[in-house]
Amino acid sequence: MSRAREIADLGSPAASGLSNRNPIINGAMTVDQRNSGSALTVNSASEFYAVDRFMGIGVASDGVYTLQQVTDAPDNFVNSIKATVTTADASIPSTGRYLIRHKLEGNTISQLNLGSSAAQTFTLSFYVKSSLTGTFGGSILNGAQDRSYPFTYTISSANTWERKTVTIAGDTTGTWPTNNTKAMQIGWSLGVGSDYLNTAGTWVGSQEWGATGETAVIATNAATWQMTGVQLEIGTSAANFDHEDYGVTLAKCQRYYMQWGPETAGSVFRHFNPAYANDSYCAGTQAFPVEMRAVPTVAYSAITYQNADSWGTGSSDRNQVLTYSMSTSATVISGAYIANNGTDYAYANAEL
Amino acid sequence: MKIESPQYQNDPLTGQENHCIKATIDGMTAFIPIDLDNTDYAEIMRQVNAGELTIADAD
Repeated sequence: MSRAREIADLGSPAASGLSNRNPIINGAMTVDQRNSGSALTVNSASEFYAVDRFMGIGVASDGVYTLQQVTDAPDNFVNSIKATVTTADASIPSTGRYLIRHKLEGNTISQLNLGSSAAQTFTLSFYVKSSLTGTFGGSILNGAQDRSYPFTYTISSANTWERKTVTIAGDTTGTWPTNNTKAMQIGWSLGVGSDYLNTAGTWVGSQEWGATGETAVIATNAATWQMTGVQLEIGTSAANFDHEDYGVTLAKCQRYYMQWGPETAGSVFRHFNPAYANDSYCAGTQAFPVEMRAVPTVAYSAITYQNADSWGTGSSDRNQVLTYSMSTSATVISGAYIANNGTDYAYANAEL
Repeated sequence: MKIESPQYQNDPLTGQENHCIKATIDGMTAFIPIDLDNTDYAEIMRQVNAGELTIADAD
């Protein structure tokens, strides 16, 4: 190889190993703050996060699938997410959507210049494995869901990991935010209704989640579908997956969701330990490990009081939340905490 | 997402009125900031505007 070629290749992620080119967060499916690998039952149109940043969506009172992080993965990976059909739906309603979805914040895709004449061509790649073979579908949408690019990919061998790549000419129209709001969504269809199907390989001005002619995984009872190694990058080819340290991925995930507990032993996370006390309440500030995408919802499953009878949030922003506990009777209170019973937990949620 | 019993909350520390909404979200007690970038708040307001949900006044 000539010296000139070596220098030119430094600009190629594949050759230089340049990192941070992948705006997909948790593409290797390693971080699962919510479930720690436990299976979810996807049986409604709600969002079920199988791992951080990747969710399953279903249809109420119809087909059902479970979704979970598993340790079956292709070489160089540890985890994947696995969908298993437990109740088949061979007649998907026209507005039904069974899919795996990933949402991207505008800040992470601004370099694609989408919605302008300078829109970049980009490539989506992922590893997939299914008990079924054939042509499968998915789609890329903007945040407003009025621009869609349905795509297809082919699974050739059942129960075998295969890497798929889809190259997309960037959308030169439509609204693609570049701030902290939802700018892009990627959906992998497990079967969607006719209202959300369109021809693969072209941008359309409507909400589509699959491609015409795709295989519906949900139509086959006990069918499985797995994915990992999701990457999106500028250009027409897919470089090797950009593996990153677990702590780096966790911090990226915590911009959208972070969880305290459940704890089973050791020191209980007393995130309400009072820093300030008064006759009727005490309060403390809980800092988030990273700046969150938006001011988060703070929630708890159950709380244990110490001479207090209510709990709430005060002033909060993207970096911290002020929490307080109050007593309607005691003049001295000592706060509240999440019990270390292996069940109770709290979270801060700023998902897209 | 199942949102139940939303109620505005006053901040007892600062006295600010309606500074957040307390609700039950999928069975968990949640405190939702008044911020349209927060998708829980955006969903609550969508349901309110659709006539599907009412936010109770603060105590």
